[in-house]
Amino acid sequence: MSSAKEVIMNVRKVDETTSIIDIHGEVTGYAENALMDAYTQASNQKTRNIILNFSDLVYMNSSGIGLLVTLLIRAQRQKQLLLAYGLSEHYKEIFELTRLNEAIGIYDSEAESLVAAG
Amino acid sequence: MSSSSSEDEKSREKSWARPISRLSVTETPAGAINLNLEGRQVMSPLQGFGPLWQKTYRIPLQGVTATPAEIMAVWKERFPEFQPAGNHFYPSVAGVQPGEIIFIESTVSPRPGLLPGIPVASGVMVLYADDVSFTVMTPQGFPESGWNTFSVYSHEGETWAQVQSMCRATDPVFEFGFRFMGGSRFQEETWQYVLRSLAAHFEVTGEQVQMTRVCVDPKLQWSQARNVWHNAMIRSMIYMPFHLARRVVRGKT
Repeated sequence: MSSAKEVIMNVRKVDETTSIIDIHGEVTGYAENALMDAYTQASNQKTRNIILNFSDLVYMNSSGIGLLVTLLIRAQRQKQLLLAYGLSEHYKEIFELTRLNEAIGIYDSEAESLVAAG
Repeated sequence: MSSSSSEDEKSREKSWARPISRLSVTETPAGAINLNLEGRQVMSPLQGFGPLWQKTYRIPLQGVTATPAEIMAVWKERFPEFQPAGNHFYPSVAGVQPGEIIFIESTVSPRPGLLPGIPVASGVMVLYADDVSFTVMTPQGFPESGWNTFSVYSHEGETWAQVQSMCRATDPVFEFGFRFMGGSRFQEETWQYVLRSLAAHFEVTGEQVQMTRVCVDPKLQWSQARNVWHNAMIRSMIYMPFHLARRVVRGKT
């Protein structure tokens, strides 16, 4: 189990165009290196979709939300789609409140997000 | 999950504001002007016009024995006092709490080097607040679209106070002001002043504010140029005289 300031990110390549980043633990300002390293692993020239799996998210604060904006910009620069699934109802509300849901597709399951990724 | 970790999770969820679609002003603090807030949507960095900048300002609080939580409690309570002259902040009665609105009246300079003169009345919503940080989110019409996070933390035995903004200029008028009219420098000097004021409250003087700027996205978002419709500076110039006149009349009756 992750400690308070620890986050672990695993990258799974679904296929040539789609990667999933599994997030375990807390997404705060301390998670910046882990998140950006995971994105670097997940992304290559053929990648078109980056899916964030929040099923094992313990906590996210406002600095963590800020990291998602940075990640989104990086993805958009590479003409990649950023999607997410596994958010609790609380964090779905946070994505709505911060209007991140206008740029990051939110889905209830990995299967749904993969369908949306196409 | 154990009941204590579930309670812990519920407690941390309360650090966030409740979802809203538009700001609703229930009460205006004494001295504040309720303008450019009611009915406004909140704006993330994604809804702004100008390049996206992440600016980080921090100051070491050398020799301060208070904990980060104690320092942050003072910062929240005295937030308006640490602002430079001309920047008036009016927290609600509840203070710096998630979901609360902090009313703001400030002035911007019409030309580089000139004393500030153009009034801007607006405010920000407290998006997030815990015991060592709080984040405010701007509304439609505010000069910037995005978030400012104020935090106090310990790092390698030293305590630091930090302001970090992740924002875009909201519309082309504000982008012009930031880029060519000294707006960026004025804003940077403001946050440096705030941090030095906070430090001085804890009897820390002479420390330099460290500042870093990262352009996260240099692109202009022309699709958001229509944000100018809510421009708080333009609307303040139009409506402020009426507000002030109304105040005078109410004061006399």
